Amino acid sequence: MAERSEEVKLLGMWASPFSRRVEIALTLKGVPYEFSEQDIANKSPLLLQSNPVHKMIPVLLHNGKPISESLVILEYIDETWQNNPILPQDPYDRAIARFWARFVDEQLMEKELVGKDFLGGESLGFVDIVATLVAFWLMRTEEVVGVKVVPVEMFPEIHRWVKNLLDIDVIKKCIPPEDEHLNYIRARMDSLKLKSV
Amino acid sequence: MVDEVILLDYWPSMFGVRTRIALEEKNIKFDYIEQDLCNKSALLLEMNPVHKKIPVLIHNGKPVCESLIQVEYIDETWPRENPILPSDPYQRAQARFWGNFIDKMLPGLGKLMWGVKGEEQEAGKEFVEMLKMLESELGDRTYFGGETFGYVDIALIGFYGWFDAFEKYGNFSIEAECPKIIAWAKRCVKRDSVAKSLPDSEKVTELVPELKKKKRVG
Repeated sequence: MAERSEEVKLLGMWASPFSRRVEIALTLKGVPYEFSEQDIANKSPLLLQSNPVHKMIPVLLHNGKPISESLVILEYIDETWQNNPILPQDPYDRAIARFWARFVDEQLMEKELVGKDFLGGESLGFVDIVATLVAFWLMRTEEVVGVKVVPVEMFPEIHRWVKNLLDIDVIKKCIPPEDEHLNYIRARMDSLKLKSV
Repeated sequence: MVDEVILLDYWPSMFGVRTRIALEEKNIKFDYIEQDLCNKSALLLEMNPVHKKIPVLIHNGKPVCESLIQVEYIDETWPRENPILPSDPYQRAQARFWGNFIDKMLPGLGKLMWGVKGEEQEAGKEFVEMLKMLESELGDRTYFGGETFGYVDIALIGFYGWFDAFEKYGNFSIEAECPKIIAWAKRCVKRDSVAKSLPDSEKVTELVPELKKKKRVG
């Protein structure tokens, strides 16, 4: 289907929101890719060679050339496959999108959602893709741990935004299956408890 | 329409320097407004309500926050003169990666300068290790951008004004550990945009005890 031979490979991890962000972007653009599940406890030579500085997933390999860090990868994908743009065109709007993407990686974005369906405005955008982290991971962790970090009474906008997201095919396809994910979170919590004893 | 460009900044800031350099590289006239960080101005609080930090770039009344985001904004808004990021997407990704890497040096530097006594040794080591990675990335090139001064150079050179202070408080020599970085920095300083924007090293080092006192109280 591709005009020229393109090899796109993603070194990722099924439970990592950073890895999933990249999958959402690739899927949104209709870019075929090979997903290579990485074992973080036992890092592959390919991973170590592709990201020698941080030795972390996700790493995107495009025709053999590695790109690391999820936000850097998202921008690369947007610049390389220009259909269905993720970032807005206007430089000021782009600066704002980048600012909020970084912010999301650091904290919650409740206030920003008031009056908007998506953080990107009218449609799923850069910041929304980045923020799926908060939505799914936090809420699923809540379920396992039994503590409401993002209760609906205090964060009605976030809950509304999650509902919107769940209606989108690309999102439904790209988030980890609930049961397996909850089990994974439980297993991680247990191993953390053992360490802290 | 004449562009109105204002920069809210603090003279020793390693991050403010980046934005100043980018504006100078593009020959953009701007109003520099010095901020008193102990007594934040209404304008600063209004323009960066989220983080309340400098630098803040205000272009025709609209604020852009975070130095590397400002540098990209400047490059995209005034694209013709002295491009800062490379044009190839892969090279751009590499530049952004190293820009983020440089930003990750900050918490360690915080420990080095303002941390608990005893932390400086460890923090100093970490800082030198990261500089060595940058040195290896630079290789034998003139700039991180190759023959052209660019994004990664701008991201790192702001720290150069603080090198003397780091060495003094961390008790190490950057020249001894990373000579290529020092050589690179000296090349950068020859550019007008950098010379105009870097704070005076001596003044920065003199400022440190005062800043230490404020941080203890704050």
